[in-house]
Amino acid sequence: MLDAFLNYDLLRNTFYAGLLVGLIAPLLGTFIVVRRQSMIADGLSHVTLAGLAFGLLMQKKYTLLVFTPFHTGIAFSIIGALIIENLRDVYKAFQEIAIPIILSLGVGLSIVFIALADGINTDIFSYLFGSVAAVSGADLRLILYISWLVVTFVVFLYKPLFALSFDEEFAKVSGIQAKLIHFLFIVMTALVISASIRIVGVLLVSALMTLPVATSMRIAKSFKQTIIYSIIYGEIAVIIGLTTGYYFEIPPGGTIVITSALLLGFTLLFKRIQFIVGIKRDDRNAA
Amino acid sequence: MANPIISVENVSHRYEQQNVLEDINFNIHQGSFVGLVGPNGSGKTTLIKLMLGIEKIQRGSVKAFGKPIQKFKNEGRMSYVSQKANAFTRGFPATVREVVSMGIVSNQKPLLPGQKSDHELIVYALKQVHMKDYLNRNIGDLSGGQQQRVFIARAIVNQPELLILDEPTVGVDSENVDHFYQLLSKLNQELGITLVLVTHDIGSITTYVTDLLCLNKSIHYHGDPSGFENMTDKERSKLYGHSIHTITHDH
Ligand SMILES: Nc1ncnc2c1ncn2[C@@H]1O[C@H](COP(=O)(O)OP(=O)(O)OP(=O)(O)O)[C@@H](O)[C@H]1O
Ligand SMILES: [Mg+2]
Repeated sequence: MLDAFLNYDLLRNTFYAGLLVGLIAPLLGTFIVVRRQSMIADGLSHVTLAGLAFGLLMQKKYTLLVFTPFHTGIAFSIIGALIIENLRDVYKAFQEIAIPIILSLGVGLSIVFIALADGINTDIFSYLFGSVAAVSGADLRLILYISWLVVTFVVFLYKPLFALSFDEEFAKVSGIQAKLIHFLFIVMTALVISASIRIVGVLLVSALMTLPVATSMRIAKSFKQTIIYSIIYGEIAVIIGLTTGYYFEIPPGGTIVITSALLLGFTLLFKRIQFIVGIKRDDRNAA
Repeated sequence: MANPIISVENVSHRYEQQNVLEDINFNIHQGSFVGLVGPNGSGKTTLIKLMLGIEKIQRGSVKAFGKPIQKFKNEGRMSYVSQKANAFTRGFPATVREVVSMGIVSNQKPLLPGQKSDHELIVYALKQVHMKDYLNRNIGDLSGGQQQRVFIARAIVNQPELLILDEPTVGVDSENVDHFYQLLSKLNQELGITLVLVTHDIGSITTYVTDLLCLNKSIHYHGDPSGFENMTDKERSKLYGHSIHTITHDH
């Protein structure tokens, strides 16, 4: 099954893009989950959908070829991120209200653009659920740049990012530029989301950012381990999901997320068994 | 006298509906150990946040190490244990080691002269609060008091010049509270760290602190703790704004 991927150019691009996304989505996802902001990914992915639909509309009506829908998706996602940061400032005590506002705006715009472009077509379908055959060389290069940027960002700002996620007040006192780092972080999130949509689709981006992290948190002993295990889970899900998706002709968004959910289920089961065996052993030792 | 580490001049502060601080003036000098007391809602936490630069100054000025707080770059010189230090998200996947390491700001003189590795600093700080054995434990698995001690370790790991603690002993058992006050005295006397301690435990701190600051919207007393101790209950309640006999201890 893997052979098919590595032997056809387009599929190979998809596979590499999948591996990159499997790295950066859980990487940023870890910070998002521990900050209890899992919904941000959902909000932004729907804004990205509006951008993609806008790009498709422009392509169709004006045969505008300089910017692909992928580009307009990225642009919308970043603008959405900036709006969220702003709203969070305005509604300090109800920061989560930014998410439904931006999410509904994204869906509203998407409906308008899709209707103007004469309805749902295969492109929209693949943006919603992901696709195995959608990544061009140029897109792969862009995803590679995004990944490089995101990894560099986390490596260089690991300590402030960790401190801000754990205890914002203490981080501020120790001189960390909270506003700047929050801003950069949400822009990075927007980039990761627009890159991930190529593989898993709008509806399931947030799953790829949170499911591997949820699994990882059950077994990791430290924050660093949480990041590392969530990336491993993310990559396993992408590899299995893409190959089975290709083989059974199912959009990979579905297969990747189901694989992620199975990994979570197995891990919980494993922890449960470990726990019971531990109690039994203690009982035996006590007897 | 040398320049004060912190100087607060004519500071007033209000939240939406109410004035919380009115015309506050005081200095904190290098090497002192200041006890900040006052009833609930008297503005202690607000005053501290103004001193740390995390709450915006509305009126008056605060200077830290001679610089206006708005322009002051901390870089580890001031540290803080907040009143709700253990209000972090429950189940946050971080070890005690990782939490304490947050307190280490690079290019800063380390706690132990000569020995510089982060690991040694962390172990040393945890030893001070008797939490060394918990190095690799998950922070969420500790009891409230143990967590509080880890946050104290995080605050001292970088050897700050000024350490501000907002009710740090809430939830710490009495044996460890005594030990903790001794630790603060040691930090103050041996390492020369200037301390500001917010507490309701007036009875026990008067033996440790060099200055006592009574706050209730405005400053009602600032000076030697013995001066405060020698007052009658009646005089004190007048300063305090209400009766405080519930908090004074018999020694
Ligand atoms: N963010 C805020 N917004 C509005 N009002 C606030 C805010 N923080 C504090 N207050 C109000 O300001 C007053 C002083 O609060 P502050 O937290 O400074 O008191 P405190 O002396 O630290 O009290 P405690 O001993 O209970 O910790 C209180 O009446 C409180 O209701
Ligand atoms: Mg307080």
